Amino acid sequence: MVTINQSQTMNNRIEQTFKQKDKEKLTIYFTAGYPALEDTNTILKALEKEDVDIIEIGIPYSDPIADGPTIQETSMKALENGMNLDKLFEQLKGLRSITQKPVFLMGYCNNVLKYGTEAFCKKCVEVGVDGLILPDMPMNEYQLQFKKFFEQYGLKNVFLITPKTSEERIREVDAQNGGFIYMVSSSSTTGGSWQDSPERLAYLERIKDMNLKTPQMIGFGISDYAALKLVNQYTDGAIVGSAFLRNLDPDNLEGSIKTFIKGIRTEEA
Amino acid sequence: MSKLDIKVDENGYYGEFGGAYIPELLHPNIEELRDQYLKIIEEPGFQEEFKSLLKDYVGRPTPLFLAKRLSAKYGAKIYLKREDLNHTGAHKINNAIGQALVAKKLGKRKIIAETGAGQHGVATATACALMGLECIVFMGEKDIDRQSPNVERMKILGAEVRPASSGSKTLKDATNEAMRHWINNPNDTHYIIGSVVGPHPYPDMVTRFQSVISEEIMQQLQEQEGKNSPDYVVACVGGGSNAAGAFYHYLNNEKVKLIAVEAAGHGIDSGETAATTAKGSSGVLHGSKTLLMQSDDGQVTEPYSISAGLDYPGIGPLHAFLYTSKRAQFEYVTDDEAMQASVELSKLEGIIPAVETGHALAALNNIKFKEGDIVVLNLSGRGDKDLQTYINYGNY
Repeated sequence: MVTINQSQTMNNRIEQTFKQKDKEKLTIYFTAGYPALEDTNTILKALEKEDVDIIEIGIPYSDPIADGPTIQETSMKALENGMNLDKLFEQLKGLRSITQKPVFLMGYCNNVLKYGTEAFCKKCVEVGVDGLILPDMPMNEYQLQFKKFFEQYGLKNVFLITPKTSEERIREVDAQNGGFIYMVSSSSTTGGSWQDSPERLAYLERIKDMNLKTPQMIGFGISDYAALKLVNQYTDGAIVGSAFLRNLDPDNLEGSIKTFIKGIRTEEA
Repeated sequence: MSKLDIKVDENGYYGEFGGAYIPELLHPNIEELRDQYLKIIEEPGFQEEFKSLLKDYVGRPTPLFLAKRLSAKYGAKIYLKREDLNHTGAHKINNAIGQALVAKKLGKRKIIAETGAGQHGVATATACALMGLECIVFMGEKDIDRQSPNVERMKILGAEVRPASSGSKTLKDATNEAMRHWINNPNDTHYIIGSVVGPHPYPDMVTRFQSVISEEIMQQLQEQEGKNSPDYVVACVGGGSNAAGAFYHYLNNEKVKLIAVEAAGHGIDSGETAATTAKGSSGVLHGSKTLLMQSDDGQVTEPYSISAGLDYPGIGPLHAFLYTSKRAQFEYVTDDEAMQASVELSKLEGIIPAVETGHALAALNNIKFKEGDIVVLNLSGRGDKDLQTYINYGNY
């Protein structure tokens, strides 16, 4: 059973992060077990050292329908490497001695259902995971069968919205009090290219004008400083996944992570 | 006696199975379909157009044929519902025509579909050619190599065949790729799912389009037997669309025994099987909660069957419910048993069946019939596409 202290710590980690309104916030996603099975903690340690605000750890899945080619490939490789949930929770036992940044697990419903929703939630809290992102779990199913466990264990659930999500539905998401709202920047699977377009700006403005109480972070297709800077003017931060994974050098994880984060944090000359 | 009431509920569930586990990106499409599909398909003008195409284009009603020599062998009165005589050679066209009409009503001009062996791909390409719709069929790279005649058929019909090179490069990956394409092209595209799988409302919508099969069986039995229900309905199950169609009007008539036949591949415990109900467990696959074959860690495992149409790691949520509620009896048939039964039907009745249907035929061996039992077996497809499989089997 989750203690009140654990639950408060989790909320605090997320709240503290979003309180810093003056800086561009960056979430980095990586696939657990990629490039090599035991790289999870190496990557966590490297991210802890860099200017990264939130960490998303991807649970590799055989059928990731909401992901583009990069994350499909890293997931396949991670599964071939032998990654599974037991292994991941084992690796994450030392998570909170490595970093105090908010950490979310991202996966698919079937990962959770097969593990057992309650057992999964319990493990998340034990290792210090703050919340979950399950892109194939719509709100309806969340309310029907997941919510009671997430709330019991104090885990935040992150819902996704898109440019086509109605205002009514966005208000409903906001009322769920998730860790943040995951704004999909365009109607596409992960890994597409970011272009500054009037439609996208209109989307950013529309969401900003709604004055939502839940922080918003925008993801899918953000890979450089210009995009990071732009979206932070409207939202509470950006999520970078595919571009980060593409830049990982298996022979020099720490160095390639340092270079990548520095690159996305620095305006090009 | 408890009264059966098997139907999908407002959330898209049959008991604990079903629902719509979809990324938010697909929500507008699925919501539109969910809100519109019943209105569209129950509209008299739609029904008139659908029925007229089924009659004049597909060739319905398909005959209900009393197979006398087969009956003599198994000691029951066995009728074959001849879905193999449909245009394009299988029941798949019923759903493809229905959904293509729905797409037109929704104002969508582009169609995508997934296919394994190519039967649903050919049916969809056919419906699109007929209605002047653009068509892209996703097909696993491995299946493209294995099923080249159907690939060429789709191309002749004007469809683009797009290889799915992710994952295991077979049907489940073709389905993933089709869903991803839909996510990226939500506005003008309708996804014609080929079986009673996928997020709500697909399982119910496909079941309704295939239910013309049991609707005709009722009328034809009435004419031939003076009563509209048999003692048994037998059908093979991959995703389960032909079985759903053959069972539909009998779901709530408990006097009719429903026999669903899955592919055991090299044997249920061989590690090479597609017997989902025997080896699977509850989980989420392609947008619905159902029974699927998966590892202890919840990774979807690759199925195996000699028949590409049954080579799928899940079953539709309706069938998962029929299994757990024991409304249907599930049987498992190996590659060899299915091939023997396919050759047997060819010799006894002059009908070369699809190897999928061979599984349903082989299951006749597993049932103890009483004299006078009336059995309807859904002959879901013809064997032309499987000629190479017959040749490789060789034992005829």
